[in-house]
Amino acid sequence: MTFDSWVPLLAVLSSLVPGIWIFALSEERRVLRTVLNLTGALAKVALVGLMMWGVYYGRQYEFRVPMLPQLDLVLRADALGLLFVSLSAILWLFTTIYAIAYLEGSPYRSRFFGFFSLCVSATVGIALAGNLFTFVIFYESLTLSTYPLVVHRGTPAALQAGRVYLRYTLAGGAVLLLASVWLYQLVGPIEFDEGVSVAALGDQSRGTLMAIFALLIAGLGVKAALVPLHGWLPVAMIAPAPVSALLHAVAVVKAGAFGIVRVVYDVYGIRFSEQLGVTTPLAVLAAITIVYASVRALFQDDLKRRLAFSTVSQVSYIVLGVAVIGPSSTVGGMVHLVHQGLMKITLFFCAGNMAETLGLRYVSEMHGVARRMPWTMAAFAVAAFGMIGVPPLAGFISKWYLGLGAVEASQPWVLAVLATSTLMNAAYLLPVLHLAWFKEPQGPWHENLPSGRLETHWALLMPPLVTASLSLGVGLFAGAPFSPLRWVTLIVERAYAP
Amino acid sequence: MNLLSAAIADVPWIVWAIVLPLAAAAAAFVRPNTNAWLGAIAALAVSAVVAGLTRQVWQLGPQRYGVGGWGAPLGIDLYADGLSVVMLLMTAVIGVFVSVYAIAYFADRPSYFWPLWFFLWGALNALFLSGDVFNLYVSLELITLAAVGLVTLAGHVTAVAAALRYLLAALLGSLLYLLGVALLYASYGVLDVASLGRAMTPGTVSVAAAALMTAGLAMKTALFPLHFWLPPAHANAPAPVSAVLSALVVKASFYVVLRLWFEAFPAVISSNAAQFLAILGSAAILWGSLQAFFAPRLKALVAYSTVAQLGYLFLVFTLALPGETPTAWLGGILFAISHACAKASMFLAAGSIERVAGHDRIAELDGIGRRLPVTFFSMALASVTLMGLPPSGAFIAKWMLLEAAVENRQAWLAVIILAGGLLAAGYLFRILERAFRPSTAEPPLVVPRTMEVAALALALIALSLGFFTAPLLDLLHVGGPQVGNFVLEVTS
Repeated sequence: MTFDSWVPLLAVLSSLVPGIWIFALSEERRVLRTVLNLTGALAKVALVGLMMWGVYYGRQYEFRVPMLPQLDLVLRADALGLLFVSLSAILWLFTTIYAIAYLEGSPYRSRFFGFFSLCVSATVGIALAGNLFTFVIFYESLTLSTYPLVVHRGTPAALQAGRVYLRYTLAGGAVLLLASVWLYQLVGPIEFDEGVSVAALGDQSRGTLMAIFALLIAGLGVKAALVPLHGWLPVAMIAPAPVSALLHAVAVVKAGAFGIVRVVYDVYGIRFSEQLGVTTPLAVLAAITIVYASVRALFQDDLKRRLAFSTVSQVSYIVLGVAVIGPSSTVGGMVHLVHQGLMKITLFFCAGNMAETLGLRYVSEMHGVARRMPWTMAAFAVAAFGMIGVPPLAGFISKWYLGLGAVEASQPWVLAVLATSTLMNAAYLLPVLHLAWFKEPQGPWHENLPSGRLETHWALLMPPLVTASLSLGVGLFAGAPFSPLRWVTLIVERAYAP
Repeated sequence: MNLLSAAIADVPWIVWAIVLPLAAAAAAFVRPNTNAWLGAIAALAVSAVVAGLTRQVWQLGPQRYGVGGWGAPLGIDLYADGLSVVMLLMTAVIGVFVSVYAIAYFADRPSYFWPLWFFLWGALNALFLSGDVFNLYVSLELITLAAVGLVTLAGHVTAVAAALRYLLAALLGSLLYLLGVALLYASYGVLDVASLGRAMTPGTVSVAAAALMTAGLAMKTALFPLHFWLPPAHANAPAPVSAVLSALVVKASFYVVLRLWFEAFPAVISSNAAQFLAILGSAAILWGSLQAFFAPRLKALVAYSTVAQLGYLFLVFTLALPGETPTAWLGGILFAISHACAKASMFLAAGSIERVAGHDRIAELDGIGRRLPVTFFSMALASVTLMGLPPSGAFIAKWMLLEAAVENRQAWLAVIILAGGLLAAGYLFRILERAFRPSTAEPPLVVPRTMEVAALALALIALSLGFFTAPLLDLLHVGGPQVGNFVLEVTS
């Protein structure tokens, strides 16, 4: 094996090894824990950068070990996987910095950061999985490593959220496992890079293939929070803010959405999916999710809960993009994988900052908060405008391509869905901005943190400012080389190549 | 060097694998006050012997050894193929770690643990190396006697009552089995499993023998609804004993079922009979999980989990019966091994908790993860295996069983297999959740290091077994007449 074949494994190990090490540390070893966390995060970013460079110039990164006679554990860097893994690696770095500050002084930090690292290892495994079998392995591992983070606080509400989370995700995992085994039994190992073997089965097993497709989507749809499988996500917002960032932007819902992209593109193939007639129902499901969750978001006073419903809605943009067949909508959907991550993590960081610094959790308490925390609310505003789709922010690029794709595919109803959703995004995000920026504070703030020169701890403030700038940057410089948009265009050109 | 490896290749390890543990048992019996570390050393020696035999089988194929030079059909044949060796290895791995654990566990009181335990180990090895149905019977009886003796070591009344119940159930099982053996001997005049397989013709007597023997063995394997004896016996025995009982002893009688169904009885087994076993197995999965979910005590929960997990093993027969590939057969064995390691770890960890906390009531274990981090961590890792989640061996085993279920168009079994995993998560998270609950700051508890390490090592082995499936399956294929013959019988 050459060095290149070890790189994908190293990308997984760069968080797995520090994670296991951190478990063994006592609570007081703060410095070593921080060093381990940041070294792992930086190493991962470097490894991912290396792979992006290499893949762009046509190098192969593949790690393979046999598990069963015909079934290998495969980690392979391809363009689509790198899109996801680069998002996770970069956001993980900032989430780690944020979490170190956020959890300062709270108990059980070794446990927290241990599982935090395992969670990201599983996500990297999902992104780099080279076949369906490997994908399932890491998908299940992600469920397990996230649970301790959801219940981290140990309150009855957190434990209840953990139970709900497990019920949904373990059942989803079982369904995904069944579908994968069924497919394996029909066509052998499903490698993601070998063209599409499912199509070779032809017409006689159409019914079976449709059933398997439905099972795959159901299994993945739990993590992607497709309505009606989204119930766990709003409940899980009870977890600490860094965990919400992980659930909503870095790992969990993204893993589900990414899996759906894989299924449509690399397992079934776009053309065969279309022939099979399974993409239209998927698009309808995504559209229902988008509209329904936006409506629910309107009525949430708890800020994190409002954002959670917003995630449910926004992640389905990705699904909608891949389900409406056509290059432009695919670009829109895939690029939203990155864009939504950047914007949503900013929103959750900001919500966390308000809760941590001033104890604010409800929208109705946010009168004039921008005067006390101008930088936080500025980042919040950038991300919120991005979500709504104001040019030139990230969300605008996604919506533009989605809309373009809908026109190309002559599916005008998708445009209607996008318009409705945009209006509702505005309706549930703009009032927050209005309250924060243009209303008088209702009284003195409850200061939870000792206030220094900055409005809050620097490590709480820096991550949202960086991710907000990024969500501005990927929109503004969408045409630059190695921008998410350019990268996605590269993937889509390859997928639609004759 | 060559001379040495030639010498190693020539030693009749197959005999030593039985003689050595029995000798250790005798030594431990006459010198009960010897340092317990000798127990661990003896365990390592037995493992070394098993490793030698594994090497022989791997390089030279199946080994047959006629005791006293007589050979079948007149004399007693010892027989080792891939399956035997894999079972021996499983026993050795668990044996070593249970021995290490037991040193500290039994340190403060004189105990007959060591002689009984090595006697049990010798009997288990004898069973896995027996080539004929009568020898299998003898080893089964020896196992039962040693196991019942071990349960009584707990010393309290509940344990003795449980042991007595266990003894009666197991003796009834042996009796049924022996009846079957008698019928077979009367009809065919041979006892050797392979010869029986060749001679077997369908008929009332053969079917009756198969039914009696299977019923007796199902009793000993605690297949639902014959499991009534297992939870009290396994929950009340001392922890190292519970570990051995749940991990190895019930697997021994299952191993006999596997041998008989695939090698002796293929000609007389109907697919309805296999289906019947699968129905009982499914009921075991559901019922055992349900009981585990409501069990108030940790060890009782783990014991009911054994009832549930044993159910999986009985799905193998219907999944492998009409198929052309041995996927389900291999998957079943892999499942048995994974379960053995994980369950042993689980019982050892539960024993540590019971020992230092003074009780094992689940409702009072809040914050146990912080007071006993290593022990609890082992329990969490073992739970991942019991739920059948990756990368454990049980996950790969479930993958194979599911594959067989899909291939055989037995959708209901696929559902049961998956539901069993979810139910296991249901009862195991009852324990795991306790770790996250806030508790009044209590001081950390201290368990002897060897007890922690033994439980953790077994949990790690179970969890990483998924990565070692390929060599294990290769080993199982060695002299896999069980599979080869069987496929021939069915397809011809």
